Amino acid sequence: MTKTKKSIAAGAMLVTAGMLLSACSGGSTEPTSSATATDTGSETTATLTVWVDAERADSLADAATAYEDETGVAVEIVSRDNATIKDDYMQQASTGSGPDIVMGAHDWLGELTTNGVVAPLELGDSADGYLSVALDAAAYDGTVYMLPYAVENLAMLRNADLVAEPATSFDDMIAKGTAAGAEFPFVVEQGVDGNPYHLYPFQTAFGAPVFGRDANGAYDATQLTLGDGGDFAAWLSAQGAAGTISTEITGDIAKEKFLAGDAAFWLTGPWNVTAAVEGGINLAVDAIPSPGSEDAQPFAGVKGFFVNQYSENKVAANDFLVNYIGTTDVQVALFESSSVLPALTEAAQAVSDDAIVAGFLAAGEQAVPMPAIPAMGQVWQYWGIAEAEILNGADATATWDKLTADVQAAIDAQ
Amino acid sequence: MEHTRSLTALGRSGRIGPLIVKLLMLGVLDSVLVFLALILIGRGDWGILVIVTAAGLAINWVYLSKRALPAKYITPGLVFLAIFQVFVIGYTVYIAFTNYSTGHILNKDQAIESLLSQSQSRVADSHQYPVTVVRDGDAFGFLVTAEDGTAYLGFADQPLAPVDATFEDGTAVAAEGVQSLQYADILANQEAIFDLAVPAGDSAEDGWLRTLDGRSAYEYESSREYDAVADTMTDTTTGVVYTDGGDGAFVAPDGTRILPGWQINVGLDNFERAITEPTIRGPLMYVLVWTFAFAFLSVLLTFALGVALALLLNDPRMRGRKVYRLVMVLPYAFPAFLGALVWSGMFSTSFGFINQVLLGGAAVPWLTDPTMAKIAVLLVNLWLGFPYMFLVATGALQAIPDDILEAARTDGATPWGIFRHVKLPLLMVSMAPILISSFAFNFNNFNVIYLVTGGGPRDTAASIPVGFTDILISLVYKVAFTGQMRDYGLASAFSIIIFVVVAAISIVSFRKTKTLEEMN
Repeated sequence: MTKTKKSIAAGAMLVTAGMLLSACSGGSTEPTSSATATDTGSETTATLTVWVDAERADSLADAATAYEDETGVAVEIVSRDNATIKDDYMQQASTGSGPDIVMGAHDWLGELTTNGVVAPLELGDSADGYLSVALDAAAYDGTVYMLPYAVENLAMLRNADLVAEPATSFDDMIAKGTAAGAEFPFVVEQGVDGNPYHLYPFQTAFGAPVFGRDANGAYDATQLTLGDGGDFAAWLSAQGAAGTISTEITGDIAKEKFLAGDAAFWLTGPWNVTAAVEGGINLAVDAIPSPGSEDAQPFAGVKGFFVNQYSENKVAANDFLVNYIGTTDVQVALFESSSVLPALTEAAQAVSDDAIVAGFLAAGEQAVPMPAIPAMGQVWQYWGIAEAEILNGADATATWDKLTADVQAAIDAQ
Repeated sequence: MEHTRSLTALGRSGRIGPLIVKLLMLGVLDSVLVFLALILIGRGDWGILVIVTAAGLAINWVYLSKRALPAKYITPGLVFLAIFQVFVIGYTVYIAFTNYSTGHILNKDQAIESLLSQSQSRVADSHQYPVTVVRDGDAFGFLVTAEDGTAYLGFADQPLAPVDATFEDGTAVAAEGVQSLQYADILANQEAIFDLAVPAGDSAEDGWLRTLDGRSAYEYESSREYDAVADTMTDTTTGVVYTDGGDGAFVAPDGTRILPGWQINVGLDNFERAITEPTIRGPLMYVLVWTFAFAFLSVLLTFALGVALALLLNDPRMRGRKVYRLVMVLPYAFPAFLGALVWSGMFSTSFGFINQVLLGGAAVPWLTDPTMAKIAVLLVNLWLGFPYMFLVATGALQAIPDDILEAARTDGATPWGIFRHVKLPLLMVSMAPILISSFAFNFNNFNVIYLVTGGGPRDTAASIPVGFTDILISLVYKVAFTGQMRDYGLASAFSIIIFVVVAAISIVSFRKTKTLEEMN
């Protein structure tokens, strides 16, 4: 009995030991960082983990290889699901399993700083080289946290086969579109819950931004100027009644109509350009025609990279972002895979001989950064619904007043 | 004697082969566990290490011992139960007692580190100094080139002072007595170098120099100071002193809180809020009523349709039953997520398939009218749910012995009478537990609500974003996760409350089912 037992136990231990040994030898091939003083850049001394959304993973891979060749810092690009990258990052950043760098958008900043998971960056003298809207967006509370690489804003896409000339005003656009005989003179993405992002240029045309700005140009949650939108609400109500803007038009339907040549104008962003060009549309990109007395200012969404506050590779991370991603060549390379305007002025100019890019750049001259302050979250949840109601015939003044009151109450309750 | 018995045991269990396989598999498991333990030791996760070690020893004992025969069968199940059920529920309960939410995801040390890091800013319009990181023994220092082209050297405990240096292209690259670091050396010591602050002058007001990228240094000043002894955070620009307010953040005397804060145990606070939260109490009643209605109607409709089709297709006179049965089960084989999304698109008022094709261009507001939206959600859920009921009912019907039905027919019972008094009671014996679990499932059927209507259309009279088809769980999701403020603690407390409600209903129902079985 004992003999058998012992041999079984010995056998188990032997097997375990064997497995263990092989496991260990597998693990020891990992690079160990050595501190020998005479090392030069050829050896890999650190590995940067960068989380990027799935679409940009490939375009960044080349930049990563080039950086590794130059500095010896390995850059591991991890492609993450777009929908969950922010939440995953916030939950993992401080646990040691998060990345060193995460790609994101400037409107995350309110949440990221409130949670304390991003480290400030210092762009140094290179800050002057960025488009001012990108630089504004990269800062939160006066401190820069994001290395911007692209600026996205809406512009008016025009089917040049239907309408040859840009529209001079919103009404002119509808008139031109109708004259061209298109089923829809103009389409814009809405949906049952509305889509305030796509209507914002028209709202600002009536002089009603969401928030006022403080002396430094930063959005101020205490100045809710949304309530000035009475004229805009009345205009929106008229558009709903006339059918030029409808909650029935979702993003997919708008795209389908424009690609089929059934819509003359389409208010959308650069993410739809590829589909329009590949769809064989003779595409022109114009600034957004204003329906009011002021310029139509779309929101600018600025894409960029953040450094994890709890990264163990902050020097390499800062160097990779500020001194490498922040160069014209890399920003142009990123542009080539994404078609989104680079945030670096020099890179933006270098690529704007393309008529479409130039159109977005022109439309973006009026763009304002989308507010990143937490109070903005309270605006979103009421805003679209109220606009959808107005489009569907609710009383414009009363609905807009209720919207303003609800948003103010939600901000005060925070 | 003992010896022979164990030999017989070995003989009985058959060959030596299975024993080797068992040992191999245990060996694989053990090596994985030991490897895991080494990682855990490296990371200092002692709690998990104890659990892993104890579990590993227990599993080994179970499979090497001769006395634990029943355990050999139930251990794999227990392990999975622990990982997928016990851990998840335990973690939810744990979170429900914390303030885990936006601004409270860090621990206190991390929050302090983050607050201090955020408060450091570059002195406005200060010079960008090219820097060479140097080393003197164990201490790192900065060799910087000032605006006028002269070199300065400083360490953490030694303010910047002019020094004679070797220049390259106008930048100081080396100085006497210190060793200049290559970039690879900087990277090898990046944490120390990133944290290094070299005083710019003798007094604290002069600020200090830091480098973030190892290439340029900037003058920094800080707007916050942390006093570790008093545990207070001071805003140096306004002089306001923030103290630990006990709720996971630093609080000023006037009640202003600064975030990030940290995670703490808040006891029953979340449960209290879940019950008293005014934004939730308002629409809670009608959401609760609709939740019960939705769950009840979903079960009733799927059951009715499922059983009706099962009866129909169980009739031996019907031809091609197998084909029909196959078709019936198709929605069950279709991914539910996809099905719900496709339905949502088909319900579109002006462009949807249902209005345009089936109803010939009618403008039924499927998703925008409160009543129609409720009907739409129920329809989708019916489509998704009836095949399951159909399958179970078919099985149960086929298990009813023919002689009972024959006897009923001989006694002159009508087909309806046979169904009402013979088939249905017998069906209920096997299907009642399924109906109860289906009710519990639909009570929390977040997927269908979220994917088909998103809870909409919105109740614009309510001042929180609640819709007419929201059920309890989707309301909780909106309350806890709308906007930029995520409140995981509150959401967990809600989950537990809903769990209690569903569990209570299930227990009562199962009691009722027992009487049903006794009747039988």
